[in-house]
Amino acid sequence: MSHLLALIVVLPLAGFLLNGLAGNRLGKAFVSTVGCGLPILAFAVAVKCLVDLQAAGGAPRIEVAYTWAAIGDSLFEIAFYFDALTAVMVLIVTGVGSLIHIYSIGYMKADSSYARYYAYLNLFLFFMLLLVLGRSMLVLFVGWEGVGLASYLLIGFWFEDPDKARAGKKAFITNRIGDAGFLLGMFLVYQALGTLDMDRINAAFMGTSPPAVSASLLGILLFIGASGKSAQIPLYVWLPDAMAGPTPVSALIHAATMVTGGVYLVARLSGVYMHAPEASAVIAAVGVFTALFAATIAVAQNDIKKVLAYSTISQLGFMFVALGVGAYGVAIFHVYTHAFFKACLFLGAGSVIHALGGEQDIRKMGGLARRIPVTFATFAVATAAIAGIPPLAGFFSKDEILWYAFASSHGGSPLLFAVAATTALLTAFYMFRLLWLTFFGRSRMTPEVEHHVHESPLSMTGVLVVLAVLSAIGGFLSIPHYLAPMLPLPEVAHELEYFETPLVVMSVVVAFAGLAAAAFVYGDAGARAEALRRRFPGLYRVLCGKYFVDEAYDALIARPLYWISDRVFLRIGDRQLFDGTLHGLAALGRRTAGGLSRVQNGSLHLYALFVLLGIIASLAWGWRHG
Amino acid sequence: MLIATSIALFALGLLGVIVRRNVLVMLMCMELMLNGVNLSLVTFAQQQATAAGAVLVLLVFVVAAAEIAIAIPIVLLLVRRKDGLDLDAYAELKG
Amino acid sequence: MGDAGLLNLVLFLPVAGIAAIIVLPPRRDDLVRGLSLAVMIAGFVLTALLYVRYDASLDGLQFETRLPWIAAWGVYYQIGLDGYNVLLVLLTAFLGPLVVAGAFTAIQKDVKLFYAMVFALQFAMLGTFVAQDLFVFYLFWETMLVPLFLIIGIWGGERRIYATLKFVLYTAFGSILMLAAVIYLVYSLNTTTGITSFAFADLYRAELPLSVQTVLLAAFALSFAIKVPIVPLHTWLPDAHVEAPTAGSVILAGVLLKMGTYGFMKLAFPLFPDATRLFAPVFGTLAVVSIIYGACLALVQTDIKKIIAYSSISHLGYVMLGLVSLDLIGIQGAMMQMVSHGLVAGGLFLMVGMIYERCHTRELAAYGGLAKLLPVYSVFFALLTLASIGLPTTSGFTGEFLVLLGAFRAAWPQYVDGAVYPMVLSASAVLGVVLGALYMLWFAQRFLFGAAKAPHLPLADITLREKSILAAIIAAVFWLGLFPDEPMRKTELAARQYQQLVAEERTGVSVSAHRSEPSSPPGSSPLPVTLPVSSRTK
Repeated sequence: MSHLLALIVVLPLAGFLLNGLAGNRLGKAFVSTVGCGLPILAFAVAVKCLVDLQAAGGAPRIEVAYTWAAIGDSLFEIAFYFDALTAVMVLIVTGVGSLIHIYSIGYMKADSSYARYYAYLNLFLFFMLLLVLGRSMLVLFVGWEGVGLASYLLIGFWFEDPDKARAGKKAFITNRIGDAGFLLGMFLVYQALGTLDMDRINAAFMGTSPPAVSASLLGILLFIGASGKSAQIPLYVWLPDAMAGPTPVSALIHAATMVTGGVYLVARLSGVYMHAPEASAVIAAVGVFTALFAATIAVAQNDIKKVLAYSTISQLGFMFVALGVGAYGVAIFHVYTHAFFKACLFLGAGSVIHALGGEQDIRKMGGLARRIPVTFATFAVATAAIAGIPPLAGFFSKDEILWYAFASSHGGSPLLFAVAATTALLTAFYMFRLLWLTFFGRSRMTPEVEHHVHESPLSMTGVLVVLAVLSAIGGFLSIPHYLAPMLPLPEVAHELEYFETPLVVMSVVVAFAGLAAAAFVYGDAGARAEALRRRFPGLYRVLCGKYFVDEAYDALIARPLYWISDRVFLRIGDRQLFDGTLHGLAALGRRTAGGLSRVQNGSLHLYALFVLLGIIASLAWGWRHG
Repeated sequence: MLIATSIALFALGLLGVIVRRNVLVMLMCMELMLNGVNLSLVTFAQQQATAAGAVLVLLVFVVAAAEIAIAIPIVLLLVRRKDGLDLDAYAELKG
Repeated sequence: MGDAGLLNLVLFLPVAGIAAIIVLPPRRDDLVRGLSLAVMIAGFVLTALLYVRYDASLDGLQFETRLPWIAAWGVYYQIGLDGYNVLLVLLTAFLGPLVVAGAFTAIQKDVKLFYAMVFALQFAMLGTFVAQDLFVFYLFWETMLVPLFLIIGIWGGERRIYATLKFVLYTAFGSILMLAAVIYLVYSLNTTTGITSFAFADLYRAELPLSVQTVLLAAFALSFAIKVPIVPLHTWLPDAHVEAPTAGSVILAGVLLKMGTYGFMKLAFPLFPDATRLFAPVFGTLAVVSIIYGACLALVQTDIKKIIAYSSISHLGYVMLGLVSLDLIGIQGAMMQMVSHGLVAGGLFLMVGMIYERCHTRELAAYGGLAKLLPVYSVFFALLTLASIGLPTTSGFTGEFLVLLGAFRAAWPQYVDGAVYPMVLSASAVLGVVLGALYMLWFAQRFLFGAAKAPHLPLADITLREKSILAAIIAAVFWLGLFPDEPMRKTELAARQYQQLVAEERTGVSVSAHRSEPSSPPGSSPLPVTLPVSSRTK
């Protein structure tokens, strides 16, 4: 049996080890070659696996690497599983991943920790591939936690800045909270089925006799894990802060790949979710609410990366809407198109930041369209794609999501559609706002920054062009159709089918309406935007403050935890109750001994008197009892 | 009668040990107690017609002699240290 | 040399080490250090040989020695390896050379005595693990106290006297209760079966009414729980750790704490199975309380050593939870967690020792940005932090994952139908996983990241000696994380035996009825736990 799948995983691992252990000594050329070459190689192997898969008629390929643990009847294997869904994910991960590796050559070339950067990036790819290739939930979980680690390391890449290190920690811990749910879900399913292999779990739920475990409970526990990784309410708070990392990292990990891990998990376990209508409803509700919520915040953000971060959260919400209404293939389709246009946007933002020498505030940009034309062109294409302007990639996937949100027999409803469509409108609005403030209008840059502006090197612009092209044409590859044999699309009630064409028209109208609104509000040098801000100061403050969720978490969770640990457990518990009891006992012993030791004062006379008393007492006792 | 004498001897000795402060007198009182016990031992040996009591008395004699042989030098050393025979002056061994 | 000889050699090698150190000429500290390291390494190599030659497919004792010692009391000098102790013996022998090498520069006072004490401790610990006779076990168990008492008391920090007294009084108190229980146990074995024996194998057959089992279990459990330690008997641990020299902390965290959990597994639970089943949920609750309480307290410490000390309490809670889950996966996870914690906490204490040697303070606030100042040190520290958090691919994950999975499946007879309580416990323990990440990352962030500061600048990064020590630990951590199957195969039969022993009904009421049945796993057999005690006492 060949080990092609294992090879895909091991290639980036080798890159991590080489760059991590020897990278600093071998120079940047070596690091770039290894760091970019191995992911590209992994991509090639993945393509080969896909070709094999097609040749085999779509029969999944299973490879067992080794037995991790065998305890009694329980068997935990490290095994890989490759089917159409995996193929899509692996190609996204290695493909977009390779592009971003190449982009980083230019972006990070001045950094002193170049080798460390590539080591981490390769480590991330390794774990991400483990996540999507794992057959068992255990392997998936290894990858799941591993990408969290890589994300932690890369967010805190410039660790001298305590804020960045703290952002990394926040990401890791928020994810851990989700992971707790994931773990419990794993335990529950293992207790019920005795296996963690996801193909077997799906089969068990799809079988004639459903297992003795609540699919909805399981679904919700796993969704807690997914909402941590994929930044859904209430665990989304880490993603905006995660923008502290280098921008290519934000593109790769916090937009294109890692954050879609939760979507992948739900799609992979579609067998469970198909039988869990309650869990599906929860997912759809959380997804659509997150999408709207994040989009409203994105409207008022001024940091170019923060806007994109909230946009990512919002788009992930869209994907969960698709999952919640049973359109698993559509969700993966959106993962796929989103990977292109969001990576393109982030890398474009990176190019802007690079050009401006580190400036991220869009209030201090403007008029960049002529100065950095390639970046502008690609950014514009990707913006149009995310807004859903036909025939770009985002249009297809978003339109399908809206359609199923309306018409799916697995929980679709007009309300869901209405909220999702509003979000789509907002998306178009804030994305064009971003485009406008960054590239059009008068320049608001300081003279030094303005003087410094330059287009990025070819390694960066080339990648941007590739991604822009993919964002433009990617939608013509119908992923839902390709995945339909394993992830069937939900049924649509017959009488709703009329609405299909009007809805397509409507989503196009929504996209253009957003564009027009942004052009109207921000068109005249921001005067109308300023007027709006004056009209609704309270609303603006709430949106700018991101609904003060971070502050609320701090006040409701973090502070009480520290307070209880410190005041109750440490001071009252350990010091007063436990140590206090101990010291009390010790003091009691000492005092008793002190009292008794007075008897032993060294006077023989007294001792003799005690002897006499003792004799008398024993005689008396003998008299009474003898 | 002999028993009463031995008890009286022992009691006198004990009383002496308790009330007197002179070390030498206390040692003599202890001898008195020992002899009280010895007297009772031989008395019982006589009554029971066994030799065990008498043998034990011999043993006590030996031990008492050894004790005095060690005690007198100790007392001498103490007297040299403290210039007196008052035992309370030596009450240093206490907890 | 025969098989049994090899184990005896491993056991008595530290004694030979003491003898060799004594005859060395005075004031040749470097010679003492070199010799100690050589002896420890030899011990580890021989133990590794034992481990390799240990046959996982055989039940019962291997490399066994059984010689009459005090024949009148039925005391035998009986030692041997089995699945219970094989990994722990390996761990002890593995940490030995690291402790010795780690103290090369830290200990400058009374070097000879120090290494003699380390050897004495090593001897006592190995003896406690390999003893198969309760009398021998107790002797070794008590012997452990003396060298550790001296190590903390002589080479410790400022409040060492307070710490040693607290530690010794606590443990001695537990030991006395255990001694009384041992005597009663042997006595009642004699009265019921006519055998006078201290051998574990014989004692496992002792049949006692439930009330007596409960009292004896309480006595044993108190002694072991102090050693583990389980909240609320834990307050000696942070003090002992803080005041102990690095070597003391490493041994304490690495091996000594496992004595408690090993005692539970080898003695307390299988000796009194009926009481154990009855109180398993209580022990489980205490374990979870330890996990969460230790984690919360680690969160608010300002002394580096205390953070690790409290994290030990939390991590050993997992071991207890796995053991009382009475589920095979949980038991195996507990074994893994024991070894893992020994490696990780031992490694962290070694690393704290290294920084303490350079800067002479353990205040966390005094440090920052060590990743810039000490890059190599920081890499190792980060790896150990991740292992402590239980990140997959490290040993910490193997232990925690299996324990939690086992605890989730815990089939306690009280909770046969529904069985929600074990799940609630497991879910609460999963909370500990989150808290674990919280305090360790908080610690690492303040220690490694941010603006660079340290009390003594410039700092020299770790030397080759220190790198070798840490590399060995990291290798072991990843071995257990990536390939736990091989070591777990060696412990599997013991885990099964433990499970069966605890599942047995040994109140002595329905002996004949029970003996005829095949033994079955605890969950499936609806054992009546509250048996009428009076029928026995007539």
